[in-house]
Amino acid sequence: MEPEHYPRLYLYRRIVQAKLFIDRHYAENIDLEQIADEAYFSRFHFSRLFKNAYGKTPHHYLTKVRMDNAKQLLTQGIPVAEVSFTIGFDSSTSFATLFKKHFGVSPSGYQARQLKKLTSFAANPLHAVPNCFAETCGWK
Amino acid sequence: MITKVTHMCVYVLDQDSAYDFYVNKLGFKVHTDVPMGPDARWLTVTPPEQHELELTLFPVREGSMFDAETARTMTDLVKKGTFGAAVFTCHDLMATYQELKGKGVEFKKAPTKEFYGFEASFKDDSGNWFSLAQLTQEQ
Repeated sequence: MEPEHYPRLYLYRRIVQAKLFIDRHYAENIDLEQIADEAYFSRFHFSRLFKNAYGKTPHHYLTKVRMDNAKQLLTQGIPVAEVSFTIGFDSSTSFATLFKKHFGVSPSGYQARQLKKLTSFAANPLHAVPNCFAETCGWK
Repeated sequence: MITKVTHMCVYVLDQDSAYDFYVNKLGFKVHTDVPMGPDARWLTVTPPEQHELELTLFPVREGSMFDAETARTMTDLVKKGTFGAAVFTCHDLMATYQELKGKGVEFKKAPTKEFYGFEASFKDDSGNWFSLAQLTQEQ
């Protein structure tokens, strides 16, 4: 039976499972073709359905998840090379190139900016809060 | 003229539980999480693809913001689902509905077709409800 003839709900479940698989295993060497195979879709059909559901191809979604997690790790002060490895990149150079392409700033530049902000918040937590809230809450 | 919304307030009953709901179930990103003294915390999260809008997860408790009676009243109102806090959008409502239901999110309304696309509504862990919409291209 062609995938187009499957019950629609079944299709959604397979696509959601694929998305959740990426969410859980983004740091591993994910083979998107294998995910498509396990969902009993051709790679092309899988990619098209995934894009309809999430606005991105599986490959672009995986990259987004990796980049978002990279931001979190960089904000924790973890060295760029370690972040690169942790989110599933073999090369920190290709990670840095992709990061800059996504966010317009290098990973080290982003990290420096975030750590400066956190240092500022640690020194004066009110820097994190709009003034009207700080006053209403009795924080200043 | 007013140009943008940068912060909006969602009154929650427990910030730790709200953190888990918004981050681990809805997939929101933590924007700011700063302790404000021993008993308070400024916690904001952003929708996954709208990093410039911070939802402040603001605890309902007695203090400078709420006196004891107001805190009790607010707690009751939030719990009973009085407040509709926002409309969220997604690319595909049925996929998002399946995913969130699978994560244990409680839906008030299953997806239905509306003149502007499709809509469902769900509750957060405190009782606030949100519309979840898939808008047609023209919207």
